[in-house]
Amino acid sequence: MSERLLMKGNEAVGEAAIRAGCRLFFGYPITPQNEIPEYMSRRLPEVGGVFLQAESEIAAINMVYGAAGAGARVMTSSSSPGISLKMEGISYIAGAELPCVIVNMVRGGPGLGGIQPAQSDYFQATKGGGHGDYRMLVLAPASVQEMADCTADAFELADKYRNPVMVLGDGALGQMMEPVTFSKPPVSVSELPPKPWATTGARGRAPNIVNSLHLENEELEKLNLRLEAKYRRMKSEDVRAEVIDCDDADVILVAYGTMSRVCRSAANMARSAGLRVGIVRPITLFPFPSEILSELAKKGVPFLVVELSLGQMVEDVKLAVNGASPVQFYGRTGGFLPTPKEILARMESVLKDRSQAPCGAVPER
Amino acid sequence: MTRVFGRPAALADVPTHYCPGCTHGIIHRLVAEAIDEAGVLDRAVGVAPVGCSVLAYNYFNCDMQQAAHGRAPAVATGIKRARPECVVFSYQGDGDLASIGTAEIIHAAARGERITVIFVNNAIYGMTGGQMAPTTLVGQKTTTSPRGRDAALAGYPVRMAELLAALESPAYIARVSVHNPANINRAKRAIQKAFEVQIKDQGFGFVEVLSSCPTNWGLAPIEALKWVEEHMIPYYPLGEFKTVEGAG
Ligand SMILES: Cc1ncc(C[n+]2csc(CCOP(=O)(O)OP(=O)(O)O)c2C)c(N)n1
Ligand code: SF4
Repeated sequence: MSERLLMKGNEAVGEAAIRAGCRLFFGYPITPQNEIPEYMSRRLPEVGGVFLQAESEIAAINMVYGAAGAGARVMTSSSSPGISLKMEGISYIAGAELPCVIVNMVRGGPGLGGIQPAQSDYFQATKGGGHGDYRMLVLAPASVQEMADCTADAFELADKYRNPVMVLGDGALGQMMEPVTFSKPPVSVSELPPKPWATTGARGRAPNIVNSLHLENEELEKLNLRLEAKYRRMKSEDVRAEVIDCDDADVILVAYGTMSRVCRSAANMARSAGLRVGIVRPITLFPFPSEILSELAKKGVPFLVVELSLGQMVEDVKLAVNGASPVQFYGRTGGFLPTPKEILARMESVLKDRSQAPCGAVPER
Repeated sequence: MTRVFGRPAALADVPTHYCPGCTHGIIHRLVAEAIDEAGVLDRAVGVAPVGCSVLAYNYFNCDMQQAAHGRAPAVATGIKRARPECVVFSYQGDGDLASIGTAEIIHAAARGERITVIFVNNAIYGMTGGQMAPTTLVGQKTTTSPRGRDAALAGYPVRMAELLAALESPAYIARVSVHNPANINRAKRAIQKAFEVQIKDQGFGFVEVLSSCPTNWGLAPIEALKWVEEHMIPYYPLGEFKTVEGAG
């Protein structure tokens, strides 16, 4: 009894969240994600939930902290400048080990930047962003269907790890309309597994405390090590990537989200020109699909990383490849999307470089 | 033998870290008594701030959350919206509430959140070692106003109770002091009312409590209580600034 609907990416996020049992949303307006809070303000009251427009992104993320600490499935969404404001709160959420979902429909920066699609918040999303030794699990959808699926999965993963999970999209994914199928029946909130650590009122049990303060060295290090073990578990259990035609590839494109869609067109174009092109599309940006890349790199096949930034994910690709094969980068910013033609031209130059230079001695750009 | 005085059930049986003569302890007790007397201990959820009372999560015998500096009203909002059946309170200092957290407190009050806010005004940043607060009196010496607060440089201290009372939504706003027994009794009544307006779903409740910081004021505990009476109360008048019909 699955339903197929035509939806904008941002709306698909909202609907998927509600079906995943999210009954609380706290947000603040910012382009290009306004359809998410707008959708939630319309839909949440229909299912007995609460939509609240906060006074700022700072307040919104701290409302998320409170509601997550009280055991609810809760979400906030924003775009780059607003996500920067949320960073202190996200650090507290990670420290207090609270599950929640944060959507970032990335726009170009730094500063106020622009409102066009970008992937320039990769570092912020995957390397901590706020202060302290912590990570978010980061999902990067590439279609409206995946916006819905990743949002639903984000709630499961957040609960699984008691950790904030970020869905990292951009304005293009948020605005595009595509068919979506909601194949799973909606989650029944009352049937979700209990959260015995949540602050629900200490009735018949000792008080619960939601906290990230640890003044004793031993206590704080214990927390840090527990978090690290959690992040290691994410790496062993929840890495996701799409690997296309990499077995006999002459060159492998690495791209995520919106950029991976353009790379697909570029790969098709290249194939009809006789070039064998593979694609690795990371779906989890943290944990990063490093092992998939390092395995492929053993064959010495060159990689071309394409991003809507001046080179962020490429650092993780290089770490994974670890010199075993050449890694080149191509990126555009300001809201420009590299065209399939531009990518094809870069691939050709990667292959030319490869025929001239020994492995690992390929010029950067 | 009848027991006439004991520890409120809402107060954990642990030593606190407060300095000798600090009135945070008295205020904790009043909050705990109000929770006990309202019979809501098993559905109370408190929010501890960043400041000297950060460890309040160890002192109140109910579920607690520790909030980022100034954000306790937002955290309390999240808890209350998720669990409307809970009785939610925040306990915040003046740096926390009246400086870094002004947006959160004003908007929680403006929304009429069904929460109770206990605002401890000691005219200084206690935990960080006695810096100037938004509530520091003109002329008062602190480690960052070594010549006394200069109104030309730093403006005048903020009267939060009056500021919040200007809003339409709040149900109960009062300022009290705990420098002597008569005032402690009045403070207790105000804190009870601030919980009652929440429990009766009448609206947002807020009590500003004038409190002493002997350590950072450089005064003996008794002198510090006198300083509250002689210097703070003239600038921060006590009383109820807002109540609703049938409050308390
Ligand atoms: C974002 C942030 N900024 C600054 C601090 C440092 N800090 C800790 S307590 C405090 C002031 C607390 O003063 P107040 O709220 O008046 O409470 P008191 O200690 O006097 O009870 C500050 C600035 C912090 N922890 N977090
Ligand atoms: S520093 Fe001041 S406010 Fe803090 S515990 Fe000591 S006396 Fe109380």
